[in-house]
Amino acid sequence: MQLTDEERAIAAGRDGDGASMAMRILAESARLIGATRLIPVRSAHIDGALYHGDSGTLFAEKLVAGGAKVAVRATLNVGALDLTGSCRVRLEGTEREMARRMMRAYRDLGCEPSWTCAPYQAGHRPEKGTDVAWGESNAVVFCNSVLGARTNRYGDFLDIACAITGRAPDNGLHRVENRRARIVFDVSALPPAFLASEIAWPVLGSLFGRMVGNAVGVVTGIAGHPGEDALKAFGAAAASTGAVGLFHIAGVTPEAPDLEAALGGQPPEQVIAVTPAMALDAQRRLSTAERADRIDAVAIGSPHLSPRELEALERLVAGRKLAVPLFACTGRHALDASGPERRVALERAGVVIVADTCVVVTPIMAEVAGGVLMTNSGKFAQYAPGNTGYAVLYASLADCVESAVAGRPVLRELDA
Amino acid sequence: MSPARGEVLVAGAAAGGPALVLSAPISFWGGVDPKTGTIADVRHPQHGESVAGRVLFLPGTIGSSSASAVLLELVHAGRAPAAIVLHEPDAILLLGLIVAGEMGWPAPPALRLDRTLHERFAGTTVAVSAEGALEAGT
Repeated sequence: MQLTDEERAIAAGRDGDGASMAMRILAESARLIGATRLIPVRSAHIDGALYHGDSGTLFAEKLVAGGAKVAVRATLNVGALDLTGSCRVRLEGTEREMARRMMRAYRDLGCEPSWTCAPYQAGHRPEKGTDVAWGESNAVVFCNSVLGARTNRYGDFLDIACAITGRAPDNGLHRVENRRARIVFDVSALPPAFLASEIAWPVLGSLFGRMVGNAVGVVTGIAGHPGEDALKAFGAAAASTGAVGLFHIAGVTPEAPDLEAALGGQPPEQVIAVTPAMALDAQRRLSTAERADRIDAVAIGSPHLSPRELEALERLVAGRKLAVPLFACTGRHALDASGPERRVALERAGVVIVADTCVVVTPIMAEVAGGVLMTNSGKFAQYAPGNTGYAVLYASLADCVESAVAGRPVLRELDA
Repeated sequence: MSPARGEVLVAGAAAGGPALVLSAPISFWGGVDPKTGTIADVRHPQHGESVAGRVLFLPGTIGSSSASAVLLELVHAGRAPAAIVLHEPDAILLLGLIVAGEMGWPAPPALRLDRTLHERFAGTTVAVSAEGALEAGT
């Protein structure tokens, strides 16, 4: 591991104690992963401001006390509190205060208070081919796959160390030779009606993640661009069932103008021919309460809802009153873009807007013994049982809304 | 039993404690309670054991990039392992020890040890030197 003269000077304290600490953390991490040098990054997305315990707050405050500031644009992922006051988070006492101090410390370091897991829909879109240092698994996979920028998965501590130093280890997906697909995921045998449905993307994403793991795969057999929200759902689901950091879709994503280009002109190491039975099995595995006859809540917005998804929600609710709460997780960017009328209409119907955070990372939903949560998010389906105690029933957005209105499961859409 | 020589991944003072040889990989986030050090993953074969004060032999770690945050929290709570022994360097987990060092909190050392030697310390109390030697005591 070779630091430049400038990097050594920063580590020795030239730019203050905070920058020095960040550079040492970065250099030690680079040594452990076997990188030989650091490279400059153009931006960062920071996942480290979510409260897991007091030590993380003290770490961030030590950087602040040492005068550290981010050297590049750095957006913030969700925190543990809704600072907009849209919903009430049930963290109390010291925990609430330490979570609040943590969010304040990251702002003091110069990070933008975006508080969203979909920064790429909040105006943070690095150009194709640029090196960046992003955290949050869905943001990482979107950044690499849909934007064509280059990042590894940067988690707690390392994300902010990269942002303060403006550097990252030269390793993994920063290197072009590691970005070509080695596995083909062929969905051409699936019925066109299923592929055109909203649930196709989270369902196929969860299957892709489970089968491809941390390798790079390319999806083939897609008729046209499915839209950005579909790619967001696919990547989030894939990154929650496998350690997927980058996928390609032939004819859709920027590094895959066609299948051959995605494979870098080489033969694939494996071809997965997805059958309707595999897709149906993946769909069923998203539910842990498949034969539920009740629901206690609906949660959508993992990743955070875009303005277009909020619009679809309002259209589907259609002025009706919900019988069970529907938690709509989103960011300030989407609420600002949607305007106050939409928000009023949704809240009047019984939608609970959750901003800056989300229902699986911090206690928001009521504790219900044996509760059943309905969702259209492959990522919520993966994490809700462990993090909230609710069993999950997976369905399309339209069915989620109808169920929330009826107060019981309404499943109308065809299976894969 | 003859001593074994590990490679120091993250340096620390000499340490020791009863060995805890895990028989399956573990995810620190969601798998280990950050306040107590108890293995909380109900599907893990050593569910209910505590990593606190143990020389922890890891056959591998799973997933989450928040493993470093959990390990830092264990150090801060005084519930960290006495030492961590791995086959392969796990940069995300060990980042927790690097940050602990930066915070000025006494943190356990981490060593790499050949995969074939992990089982041999099961059931013993292990002393770990600052240079990476492991020796089973009485």
